[in-house]
Amino acid sequence: MDFFLSRYRNITVLLIVIVAQLLLIAYQVKSNKDVPLVRVWAVTAVTPVEQALEVVRTYTWGFVEDYFVLLGVKSENDRLKRENGDLKMENHYLKAELSTADRARALSVFQTQTQSKTVAARVIGNGTGANSKVVFVDRGSASGVESGMAVVTPDGIVGKVVDAYPTASLVMLITDSTFAAGVVSQKNHVRGTLKGQGHSECLVDYVQNEERVDAGEMFFTSGDDRIFPKGFPVGPASAVRNGKTFKEIYVAPSGMQGGVEEVLIVLEGVHQQIPDGEVASQGYKIMQPPSDSDAGGTIDPQGSLVTDADKLKSQYKQAGQEQNHTFGEGLPGSKPPDFTKIPGVRAASPPAGASNGQSGNTQPGNAQSRTQPPTTAPVQNGAANAPVTPPRAPAQPANPQGTDAPKPKPRPTAPILLTDPTDADPEATPPSTAKPPSVPPSTTQPTATAPPATQPPPKPPTARPQPPPNQ
Amino acid sequence: MTEYSERAEYSERLLERPARKESAGPMRFVWLIVIPLIAVLSQVYVPRFVWFLSYLELPLLITVHFALHRRSPIQALFYGMSIGLVQDSLSHQPYGMFGIVKTLVGYFAASVSMRFDVENPVVTFILSFFFYFFHEFFRWVLDRALLGQAVNFDAQQTLVFGLLNAAVALPLFRILDKLKVAA
Repeated sequence: MDFFLSRYRNITVLLIVIVAQLLLIAYQVKSNKDVPLVRVWAVTAVTPVEQALEVVRTYTWGFVEDYFVLLGVKSENDRLKRENGDLKMENHYLKAELSTADRARALSVFQTQTQSKTVAARVIGNGTGANSKVVFVDRGSASGVESGMAVVTPDGIVGKVVDAYPTASLVMLITDSTFAAGVVSQKNHVRGTLKGQGHSECLVDYVQNEERVDAGEMFFTSGDDRIFPKGFPVGPASAVRNGKTFKEIYVAPSGMQGGVEEVLIVLEGVHQQIPDGEVASQGYKIMQPPSDSDAGGTIDPQGSLVTDADKLKSQYKQAGQEQNHTFGEGLPGSKPPDFTKIPGVRAASPPAGASNGQSGNTQPGNAQSRTQPPTTAPVQNGAANAPVTPPRAPAQPANPQGTDAPKPKPRPTAPILLTDPTDADPEATPPSTAKPPSVPPSTTQPTATAPPATQPPPKPPTARPQPPPNQ
Repeated sequence: MTEYSERAEYSERLLERPARKESAGPMRFVWLIVIPLIAVLSQVYVPRFVWFLSYLELPLLITVHFALHRRSPIQALFYGMSIGLVQDSLSHQPYGMFGIVKTLVGYFAASVSMRFDVENPVVTFILSFFFYFFHEFFRWVLDRALLGQAVNFDAQQTLVFGLLNAAVALPLFRILDKLKVAA
C-alpha cells in the first residue's frame, strides 16, 4: 500500500481532487442547489477589489479620456476658429458687396434724377504721401473727364478732377488743404468759401461775424466757383463761432461720410435750386409754419399774399378811379387826387404832420403805415376803415387845421439815438409816457412830454415832428 | 530486480528534482495569491472596456506558468484547482467546472515540465497553445457531459485564440520570471 501510494501519489491525488469536484458538481446538478456560501465569499472578496479598481479606473480613465477629449476639443476648436475666421471674412466680403451695391444703386438713382450729365467712377487708389487727400478714379479722358470737373456723390460733393489721364483721373478731395469752393448756407443764404483743412472737416471762410449761420445748417454749392454746379449738398455746419474778422464755420462733408468708393464726375453741370430751408437744420425738429390767421398778411381768394401796402395801393387806385385820376400821367406840380376821400383814411385820424397844414403834401402811405402798424391785429381785405385796435391818437377824429391838435414833441438840441431805451437820455421822459396815441387827444398835453428844465424850449411848429418812439 | 529498482530510482529522481538548474528562487507566497487574483479580476473586469481581450485566459496561463516552473504535479493541481474554483465562484456555472479543468491542466503541465525545457520560448509557446486548446476542449466536454448543455465547439476560433494566448504567454512568463528573480 505504501508502495502504491508512493508510486502513484500524484495520480492518486489528482483522482481524489477530480472525484471530489465531480461529486460537487453532481451535487449541485442533482439538487439544483448552489453553494452560496463559497460564492458569497468569493464575491465578497472580489468585489471590493473590483470596486477599488472601478474607482481608480473612473478617475484614471476619466482623466485620460478627458485628456484625449480635450485634445479633440483643441483640434476641433482650432478647426472652428479657422472656420469662424473664414466665415467672418466671407461676411465682411458680402457686407462690402452689399454696401457697394447700395452705393451703386444710390449713384444710379442720383444719376437719373440730377439734371447734370455725370459719369460714374470708382476710386481705385490713393495718392502718394501721408497727408495727400487725392484719389485716383477709374475714369479718364477717354470717358470725357477733364481737369476741373466736379466729383460728387448723392450725399454731397467729394472733390474735383485735377488731372485727367486716358484711363484714370486724379481727384482732389474737398478735405485737401488746397481745395476751395463756393458755398451758400441753406437757411440764411450766407455765402462763403469752403476750404479744406487736411482733416475730416472743412472750413467755410469769408463769412462776416454779423452774418447768421446756425449750427447744423446745411451748406450747398453756390456755383460761384464755376466748378461745382449750384445746389449740390456740401454738408452741415458742425461748429459755428465768431472769429477775429470772419466766422469760423466748420462743415462735416456729407459726401465723404463712410469713405469714398463710388463717385460721379460731373461732365456737364446744371445749376439746381437749393432745397427749402425747412431742412436746413438737419437733426432738429422743425415745426410747421404758422397758420394764415397768425400771419401778418392775408391771403386773398386767388392765393396771393395781401400785405398792408397792397391794401393801400388798392385804396389809392380806388380813390384815383373815383376822381378820374390816372397815376403817373400828371405833370409835376399838377393837382394830385384828394386822398382824404379815401374811406379808410377819412375814418382815420390825420397823420401827425397834418397838424401843420401839410396834409396834402404828406405821403399817404406814411400816414397809413403809422396808423396801421404791422403789429396791430390782422386786417382783412377792405377792413382798413374799421380799425379793431384800441383807439389810439392817430385814429381819433383829427382836426385838419391842427388848432386843437397837440403840439409836436420838441426835439432835443443834441441828437439822441433811441435804438435802445437804456441809451436814451436818462432825464428824458420815458417813451411810454410820450406815446401820444396812448392818451386821448383831449387830455394829451404837450407838457406831459415836456423836456426837463435843462432842455431848451421847443422849437416853432414848423419843426418836423419827431416820430413816435415806437417806430 | 536490480535493473528495475535502478530504473525506478532514476524515475523518482527525475520527478523529484528538476532536470535543469533553477536560475532563481521560488516566487513569494503573496505573489502566488495576488497574481492569480489579478488574473481572475482582469478576466472579469478588463473585457468590460476592452471587449476583444475577453479571449485572454490569464488564469490558465498563470496556472501553466506555475506548473511548468514548480514541476510539482500535486502543487500544480491544487493551484489550478484553486484558481478554477475562484473562477467558478465568479461565474454562473456550478463549482468544479473550471476547477476540474485547471486541476488537470496544472497536473499535466507539471508532468510535462519535467521532460521538456520550459525555458525555451518555442516550447513555452507550444505548451501554452496546447493547454489552452485542452482547457477549452475539456471544458466543452464537461459542459456537454456533466451539465448537458448543447454548446458548440468552434475549433477554428479555439485555435486562433490558442495562438493568441500563446503569444501573450511569452511576455507574460517573462514578467512572472522577473518577479520570481526579484523575489
